[in-house]
Amino acid sequence: MESLTCASSHIPPCKLDGAQMLPKVKVSYSAVQSALSKALRGERLSFEDGVNLYHSPDLVELGAVANELNLRINGRDVYFNVNRHINPTNICALSCKFCAFSRKPGEDGAYAYSEEEISHRARVAAESGATEIHMVGGLHPRWKLSNYTNIIRTVKQAAPHVHVKAFTAVELDWLARKERKQVAEVIAELRDAGLGSFPGGGAEIFTPYVRELICDTKLTGDGWLDIHRTAHKMGLRSNCTMLYGHIEDIGARVDHMLRLRALQDETSGFNVFIPLAYQPENNELGINRHTYGVDDLKTVAVARLLMDNFRHIKSYWIMTGDRVAQTALHFGANDLDGTVVEEKIANMAGSQSGMAMAKSKLLRVIRDADRIPVERSTVYEPIRRYDNPAEDALV
Amino acid sequence: MNPYSINCSRKPVWREFEKSIVQNTLPAGAGFQEAPTLEEINGRDSERQKVLNTESRESKVHDALMLAQISQTQDDRLKDAYQTAYEGRRLSGEQGQILLDSGDLNVLGWLATRAKERFHPRGKVSFLIDRNINYTNICRIGCDFCAFYRRGHEADSYVLPKEEIFKKIEETIELGGTGTLMQGGVNPHLKIEYYEDLFRSIKERYKIHLHALSVIEIEGIAQVSRLTVAETLERLKAAGLDSIPGAGAEILSDEIRLEQSPVKRHSHRWIKVMQEAHRANLPTTATMMFGALEERKHIIEHILRIRDAQDETKGFYAFILWTFQGENTELAKKNPNMQPTSGVEYLRVLAVSRLMMDNIPNIQGSWVTMGPKIGQISLHYGANDMGSIMIEENVVSAAGTSYTLDRKNMIELIRRSGFTPVQRDTYYNILAEYPETPAQ
Repeated sequence: MESLTCASSHIPPCKLDGAQMLPKVKVSYSAVQSALSKALRGERLSFEDGVNLYHSPDLVELGAVANELNLRINGRDVYFNVNRHINPTNICALSCKFCAFSRKPGEDGAYAYSEEEISHRARVAAESGATEIHMVGGLHPRWKLSNYTNIIRTVKQAAPHVHVKAFTAVELDWLARKERKQVAEVIAELRDAGLGSFPGGGAEIFTPYVRELICDTKLTGDGWLDIHRTAHKMGLRSNCTMLYGHIEDIGARVDHMLRLRALQDETSGFNVFIPLAYQPENNELGINRHTYGVDDLKTVAVARLLMDNFRHIKSYWIMTGDRVAQTALHFGANDLDGTVVEEKIANMAGSQSGMAMAKSKLLRVIRDADRIPVERSTVYEPIRRYDNPAEDALV
Repeated sequence: MNPYSINCSRKPVWREFEKSIVQNTLPAGAGFQEAPTLEEINGRDSERQKVLNTESRESKVHDALMLAQISQTQDDRLKDAYQTAYEGRRLSGEQGQILLDSGDLNVLGWLATRAKERFHPRGKVSFLIDRNINYTNICRIGCDFCAFYRRGHEADSYVLPKEEIFKKIEETIELGGTGTLMQGGVNPHLKIEYYEDLFRSIKERYKIHLHALSVIEIEGIAQVSRLTVAETLERLKAAGLDSIPGAGAEILSDEIRLEQSPVKRHSHRWIKVMQEAHRANLPTTATMMFGALEERKHIIEHILRIRDAQDETKGFYAFILWTFQGENTELAKKNPNMQPTSGVEYLRVLAVSRLMMDNIPNIQGSWVTMGPKIGQISLHYGANDMGSIMIEENVVSAAGTSYTLDRKNMIELIRRSGFTPVQRDTYYNILAEYPETPAQ
């Protein structure tokens, strides 16, 4: 089988058969060296390069090259935002094996927020200076498109100036099928209700042989990419993610990144790539350990090297803890996500990082890594650059 | 066992295949196409990593990039410090300070790894299996950063009976342990005879390394037994003491020690006792606990004092970095704005320690205080050892940090960071090598 360099033309359809297994890659240290030189010369890396880099034992070498590439694009600026998560419901029709958040209707701990509850959270967020509300939830069997547009309107009413980044491709697909509408129509209605952009969740791992094992009832990888393509073509930006550290192999991770790179080539609609470390508790997957620190850093670095058409790579502190997330700022990441305030999905799955980080702490974490904090909007426009460390105390 | 083994290891293709049989829709002559299972695919990953972990290598790209970065450094003092470290010459305090203040994290990691490879073969990382036995928690000192001590009148004050200590040692040996680390409070009721008797009876029964006591305990024993420190050390060694852990060094700067622990304030006494031990042929380790009120200049002062002492008596065989653990301690209550040490700060201090300590062969990364993730990353910033799989650690867990690792996890942690794990004894002699992950 050919390499996946020009990913879009080589990506197999999401139907399982043995021939779709990824190409075999033979690794060698000279291949690692040539991939690194290619990256430094600004050349595009291949599937083989990605696999070789991922396996390289010289962590700091990989980090130094990724750091160099990041500094060329972003300098010492590190982005964060003041945001708030709201998960409107955890009732979900799907049963993804890695998920500890979802509940079936009537199950213990199942919840669906009322309009007041959502409105209250949005108001508190706006009062505390949030510029973004991030909303994702389960696939509630009884919610219709009108419930979703209502949620957005409720938020917009309570917090008119806040950017609403909400609903993953998985939720959009579910709504479109329920309403028997085109995804584009669903997106248009949400946009008209006030939605500003889409988060990157639900991507997990696109590669079919992995996706089949972790979330076989979920939207396929190609389906996910299609929906983001549609959104981008309608002028809406979105994020993208990868859930790593469970059962996937290195090839699947590299394949996943290349599929995103191919779509970014086509639309340039992604803001940022966010690797999400798998959280091991309370789920059915049976993998009971956190990701390795070295793996977290390598994933950020490889993403920086491979995904040459992404300006922003995020090290999301909720998933890896603030110590590793901070270190990743020297491994190619230029964004830490935000204050978050009420994180449920990773916390229920055993994340040890808590639910919120104060803005003052975000500033300190970035400063302590010898970087300059820049508060950003959801779509990465700078809001304020904190040039003067003496002013941090006033935040 | 494959680390990725999963409870649903069905083959995707099989599933389709079974479905078509059930539905009786299998087209005539359709063949079953063998797809690799995840285990096979992940096995390929392990194989690849093994190839790269063991292949001899020359990091040309890395060296070129780092050297370019050094030569483009604007600050002459920093450039000079980089250059000195690169050439493997001894760094001065000022040079250490500027590396700590403004060195680039990646350059420091690169330099520290080069420095590490002057002492150790590339690609190996050691660990120890031993057990901490905190034989008493009664202490007349009471440091502000300690959550472990009791005064003797509380219900949970204790001195462990001998039988219990024996039992713990037996368990240690059963778990493949080779040493025991015995430490406790400065208990005013325990005289040298207690220790002599305890050590002798342990050594009579078991073949185990006794890494025990600390400077402050040794001074305490000398005091209550009316002996000099030298006499105390001699008698303890004769009774079976093999080496002394370097705990209690905290930060060797009188300015800081006074704030942390009024009784432990004289830093020269710590060094003096350690040097007495070296002269009595008792090797020791040295530690540094940072992240508690000190400034970076105090860290440098600490490193220099230990380096100077080592030049004289050459008895330190390892340098161990700890970060201050705040929960439940007086120091944290008195200083509510104190922040836990960040990941980048820890790695910087570690790398600069490796660069400055040109006369101590071993440096440990601390997964106990920084967590397994940063512990693993520290292996790329100058640490050549992951410390111990501590079967029992009362002191740190009393202050709220409790990470545990078993042997298999430790081996996997090291292997996954690109090194071959080796088990060592307390003196850093290699006992076993683990190119593969052992079965549980």
